[in-house]
Amino acid sequence: MTDRFAPPPATGCRNTPVLKERGQHEVFCGLTGIVWLHRKMQDAFFLVVGSRTCAHLLQSAAGVMIFAEPRFATAILEETDLAGLADAQEELDRVVHELLARRPDIRQLFLVGSCPSEVIKLDLAKAAERLSAAHAPRVRVLNYSGSGIETTFTQGEDACLAAMVPVLPKTEARELLLVGALPDVVEEQALSLLDAIGVGPVRVLPAQTKDSEYGIGPNTVFALTQPFLGDTHAELTRRGARHIPAPMPFGEEGTTRFLEAIAAEFGIGPEVVARVTEGPRARAREAVRKVAEPLWGKRVFFFPDSQLEIPLARFLARECGMEPVEVGTPFLHREIMGPELDLLPEGPRLSEGQDVDKQLARVREDRPDLTVCGLGLANPLEAEGLATKWAIELVFTPVHFYEQAADLASLFARPLRRSRALAFEEADT
Amino acid sequence: MKLTVWTYEGPPHVGAMRVATAMKGLHYVLHAPQGDTYADLLFTMIERRNHRPPVTYTTFQARDLGSDTAQLFKTACLEAYDRFQPQALIVGSSCTAELIQDDPGGMSETLGLPIPVVPLELPSYQRKENFGADETFFQLVRALARPMDRTARPTANLIGPTALGFRHRDDITEVTALLEEMGISVNVCAPYGATPGDLTDLGAAHFNVLMYPETGESACRWMERELGQPFTKTVPIGVGATRDFVEEVAKLAGVEPKIDSERLRLPWYSASVDSTYLTGKRVFIFGDGTHVAAAARIARDEMGFEVAGLGCYNREMARPIRALARDYGVEPLITDDYLEVEAAIETVAPELILGTQMERHIGKRLGIPCAVISAPVHVQDFPARYSPQMGIEGANVIFDTWVHPLVMGLEEHLLTMFREDFEFHDEAGPSHHGGKAKPRIEAEEPQMPGSVEVVWLPAAEKELKKIPFFVRGKAKRNTETFAAERGTREISVETLYEAKAHYAR
Repeated sequence: MTDRFAPPPATGCRNTPVLKERGQHEVFCGLTGIVWLHRKMQDAFFLVVGSRTCAHLLQSAAGVMIFAEPRFATAILEETDLAGLADAQEELDRVVHELLARRPDIRQLFLVGSCPSEVIKLDLAKAAERLSAAHAPRVRVLNYSGSGIETTFTQGEDACLAAMVPVLPKTEARELLLVGALPDVVEEQALSLLDAIGVGPVRVLPAQTKDSEYGIGPNTVFALTQPFLGDTHAELTRRGARHIPAPMPFGEEGTTRFLEAIAAEFGIGPEVVARVTEGPRARAREAVRKVAEPLWGKRVFFFPDSQLEIPLARFLARECGMEPVEVGTPFLHREIMGPELDLLPEGPRLSEGQDVDKQLARVREDRPDLTVCGLGLANPLEAEGLATKWAIELVFTPVHFYEQAADLASLFARPLRRSRALAFEEADT
Repeated sequence: MKLTVWTYEGPPHVGAMRVATAMKGLHYVLHAPQGDTYADLLFTMIERRNHRPPVTYTTFQARDLGSDTAQLFKTACLEAYDRFQPQALIVGSSCTAELIQDDPGGMSETLGLPIPVVPLELPSYQRKENFGADETFFQLVRALARPMDRTARPTANLIGPTALGFRHRDDITEVTALLEEMGISVNVCAPYGATPGDLTDLGAAHFNVLMYPETGESACRWMERELGQPFTKTVPIGVGATRDFVEEVAKLAGVEPKIDSERLRLPWYSASVDSTYLTGKRVFIFGDGTHVAAAARIARDEMGFEVAGLGCYNREMARPIRALARDYGVEPLITDDYLEVEAAIETVAPELILGTQMERHIGKRLGIPCAVISAPVHVQDFPARYSPQMGIEGANVIFDTWVHPLVMGLEEHLLTMFREDFEFHDEAGPSHHGGKAKPRIEAEEPQMPGSVEVVWLPAAEKELKKIPFFVRGKAKRNTETFAAERGTREISVETLYEAKAHYAR
């Protein structure tokens, strides 16, 4: 049987020294999380309290989604709001009342802090409390910060989920909590696999609506489906819940090990997981084999973006035969990333934080076959002859669990297939 | 506070980026938190530039706030100078840095860099993107341009084109050709393609061509005052405007007006019988002031449309747009709130919208055809093919672009004639648009909300359906208003035609 995976490398990357850099960051701020969170939480509205820059960022990041009556908006601070802070609280009340009158379907309202609102120390926590009282019980108002001075890209989701944990009711029930916003189709696959293995009851955070929420307590155990949930991890632990350390469910191996860790917590052996997942595992393996051919033996370089970089590098290295050269992450949470670092073969440079110009110098020096980076860097690097995979797509596309393993591999294979397919006499730029 | 979903314009520092990115040899050090780099992707993705915008962000974080963001700024300036070796530097704050009150101008002065450093004051909480571009370019010109001898032959500067400008790339080519026709060469085109060194030579031109008032007017006024260079007031978009522009340029340069209209096809296309069906089509025009003004003239005088409404989102152009609306006998709409634009379009019920990408989506929602005439635009409006708006070829491009979304004449005729036919029913839609053919639905139309107090008699309702679908909404509303005003509760065929007669002009 070639059913099991290659054994973990003798020395993984857990003890690899990490290059820590400060300087210009070429990343999104946490506000961007709103773009996918509002699709997931169907009765929630995200109100950013910020500047025109924040509104413009959301518009640019959300692309055409902005035209689909989205459940997010920006309360743009004006000159008068900056003059006196008492004013700002009253103004906020007015804007929220208007908004809730126009959208009576909204049950949860998030006041999302931005750089300007944090710098002028506009107290959104107090505002949320006051507005919650005013609109209870129909609407719950919470707050979190998605500001760039505090959060990077996917950390916005972390801040949002962490803000929801303290208001969940208390329970003694023995329940599994899956933490991380997943596309509906992926969430359903995960739930049905866990059900078949015999794990239950299972809850998800974020829940689809406020009414489908549940309790948290000392018998709750939770697993993270996304690597960027450090603060949520801390908040859940504070409520007495216990974390199940596991690799992230990317690729066949990640998914299987993820399920095995959860099963073990519920006293279910790996042979049960193996039996239940035999079909999907074979499908995933076969599908990945088909699409990953262009990736074999190729060198990959990750710019920091979403904290997904380490699990993705692990998947590419172990299941697609790639060689990671540098794996950059905006933030490295040792405890959560431990199981991933154990599996990632020693070799790549690990970097945390960013000084983008220095990193660009390294990528030019390394000349990897594939560079995973943001949209501000992708075309300029392509013009220098480096094939790129733009990273944001990895957050928006369903990529977790077995059925998406090949989609995940093909996201990386596509730019390489394309550069093979295009044949010009001379490169015109 | 103002509740906002769509914004027509970005913050002013994005305007400054548009100037910096358009130029070469200039670098922008922007005091800004992590995340503000999102604006890079407007240039690398929408405009598909093959290099990063020349902007260094200080990326200050929460933990820096108590201590030394000022030091961070200075380091960023020095490193940017060392790394990129620019001919000049612009420095400024984004909205957040404006609040922490470091002084980029003052700080950069103390660095003693051997190149010009131009500080920018861009009030983020009052002004927007276009102001940012205009002000940045003005400050650069003020700092760098000097009086000097004029060139021997007549020359002009092209002023105003920037990065992320709607068709700026091709407009430059077209205007350059117009000038060459008259023996006038271009001295400097700026900011697009210029270096700081080029800006020092601006004074050698005999006059300035102000291509886009939104982004170049302040600089042109300054050059008029300080360098004695007059500037053109006509923006050559459309046939008439191009001819006026040529006259104006000829006067300024002291040459004979000359225009090679051999390639000009708009007038004949517009005169040909195929275009007869365009007559009196009602258009609603929205965008930046310059493009709206130009479009209104083309729509009425060159395409034979009826301008049913017009407006702009940039307050800087409010006055000329108000005056223009008076000329056209319509209410001006000066707003940056898309909900107001949508409401105005719904009221006017035009047959064609000329606007920005926002209006394109409004049009899609309301089922009204739309063509894009102004920024903000998405990636498809930075096309690979040559497609100016200005000059001779611009007029040709405009004719095609505006006519394309309309139902073609013969098709419209068929749709009206065979309205009851199972294949040509109204919902079938124009044949050249996407979307699957829909079978005819026989179900009764639901009553429109708000029309409950007036009842349509079945015969009148049937008659209403015979009215072409693109004006039916308006006919329905007019009839209901007409009935309501007269206290009529039931609408008969009679009422319908009385209302039609009443509103006829």
